[in-house]
Amino acid sequence: MAAPTAPPVPTVRRSGRRDDTRLALLFILPASIGLLVFYFWPLVRGIWLSFTSWDLLSPAQFVGLDNYREMVADPVFWNAVRVTLLYVVINIGLQTVVALVIAVLMQRLSRSTLLRSLVLAPYLVSNVVAALVFLWILDYQLGIGNQLLEWVGLDRIGFFTDETWAIPTIAAVNVWRHMGYTALLIFAGLQTIPPTMYEAARVDGASELRMFFRITVPLLRPILGLVLIISVIGSFQVFDTVAVTTNGGPVDASRVLQLYIYDKAFAQFDFGYASALSVAMLLILVVVTFFQYRVTRAGQTDLN
Amino acid sequence: MTGTTTAPAEPTTTGVSAPPPAAAVRRRRRPPSVGRVLAWVVMILLLLITLFPFYWILRTALSSNGALYANSTSLLPADFSWGGFERVFGLQTTEEAIAQGGSGASIDFWLYLRNSVIVATVVTVCQVFFSAMAAYAFSRLRWRGRNVVFGVFLLSLMVPVIFTLLPNFILIRDLGLIDTLLGIMLPGLFMTPFAIFFLRQFFMNVSTEVEEAALIDGASKVRVFFALIIPMSVGPIATISILTYIGSWNDYFWPLMVSYTDESRVLTVALGNFTAQTPQTGPDWAGLMAATLVAALPMILLFLAFAKRIVNSIGFSGIK
Repeated sequence: MAAPTAPPVPTVRRSGRRDDTRLALLFILPASIGLLVFYFWPLVRGIWLSFTSWDLLSPAQFVGLDNYREMVADPVFWNAVRVTLLYVVINIGLQTVVALVIAVLMQRLSRSTLLRSLVLAPYLVSNVVAALVFLWILDYQLGIGNQLLEWVGLDRIGFFTDETWAIPTIAAVNVWRHMGYTALLIFAGLQTIPPTMYEAARVDGASELRMFFRITVPLLRPILGLVLIISVIGSFQVFDTVAVTTNGGPVDASRVLQLYIYDKAFAQFDFGYASALSVAMLLILVVVTFFQYRVTRAGQTDLN
Repeated sequence: MTGTTTAPAEPTTTGVSAPPPAAAVRRRRRPPSVGRVLAWVVMILLLLITLFPFYWILRTALSSNGALYANSTSLLPADFSWGGFERVFGLQTTEEAIAQGGSGASIDFWLYLRNSVIVATVVTVCQVFFSAMAAYAFSRLRWRGRNVVFGVFLLSLMVPVIFTLLPNFILIRDLGLIDTLLGIMLPGLFMTPFAIFFLRQFFMNVSTEVEEAALIDGASKVRVFFALIIPMSVGPIATISILTYIGSWNDYFWPLMVSYTDESRVLTVALGNFTAQTPQTGPDWAGLMAATLVAALPMILLFLAFAKRIVNSIGFSGIK
């Protein structure tokens, strides 16, 4: 695209200190447009909209804190917060444990690219595809999952239709899609632990389990912290899987915050209230991330 | 699949002890320890969970709906049939489709496929190119305020994309781009902070000597970017392009907001709608799984071609 002209003062180029300001501005121009128009402006606008009442048709009206007052008294909102938190806890808990197991196994067993590729495979398909496959596998009547349960001698489960099962099931589906990716992140972190540590421990007669808890876990902490922060932020934004499988049901059992925001905006055209919900989501994310950062001391290594 | 690719730098540990695999001394033929066997069993179990759904998509897509009810547990396709794929690509008449358990509603799969290809391709090309330009300015050009501006870009990593969707929708609406492919593409067209950081990391490592030599030969900085930096960073550029393509192809929430008719409907949104068009006889599972497979196939092929690059790109090099 745009073939920019060379900096007009060629003599400067020869000297030790060059100044490329004009060229640099040209080079960051497209990215800056993206940054201002699609990152910062929406941030400002979103916050402003949360103080208005707006149905897209008539002009937005400033209503002060009305949306927030309504939100605090809105049982559906609180339910959505509860459901979302439940989802995040199950999703992150399960995902971190499984990914850690996969990563440690890969480190111990094989570093083959094939194995890592196979592990990553689910990450390539969209959330929608993952949701549809499990909608079929876990179908009450015909799903192979339920057939298996019956075969083992258990009762069939309405994975997506039962109030208690909907959220754990959706969380597990997303674990399936993301565990390989998370495992590879952790695997990359494992590579930073000096092998000499294990050698020394082995000389001292440490068992495999002891080495895991005394070397791997503590030294992996900064990486694990970063992985957790990234995946928790992603986890809070769950929408696709819910929208495709349960659409918030049964009743409101899986109406996560993001789905509620979408409903408010696009089904009820209450953009002001939807924006206030988004701000609430943003605040929750900020608090949770800050808290996590403090607790895990992510990024600060103990390796020195 | 028996860890013999690259000689591991670290000793492979077994339950008790393991010889450090010095180049020549490979693992001697001694019975593998219990711990190691157990570890493989767990690993294979996890792989089965990972891969089974893929097989199940294929198996269901090649079954006929009627037989799925009777043979819901058979591991092979139940009453092999191409019917699912035929419905997806509109090769069946409405009567045929309904007779085989389809909804009979016409779905223009080729159109969705075309839309997905256009969106993912344009977004990838523009986003990576513009991000590379910015990364070049932040890594190889000298200008005042470089670090401050870079810091501002860094801040944008903190803005959750999900928060920008609603205001962005309103902006796209104000621009009159609702239900257009351009409307879907526009927010992703210019950059992502991640792509800039990722590429900046690599651009910084290109040796300055080569650049100096080119500059002394009279090449402009623009030329250095196109003729030197880009060709020397083909690897990282390919990696970020593939990741961007996959991400864009799989995106659902944003296109769902913007597209309302077939004109701008991408595959993910079309698939999401598929469940809503359930015929009275129950969902057309064979057709649905065939559609799912076709939607996922381009990414699977892309992955087969570039697996090594993608797998090795996952880590923290780009962020830390």
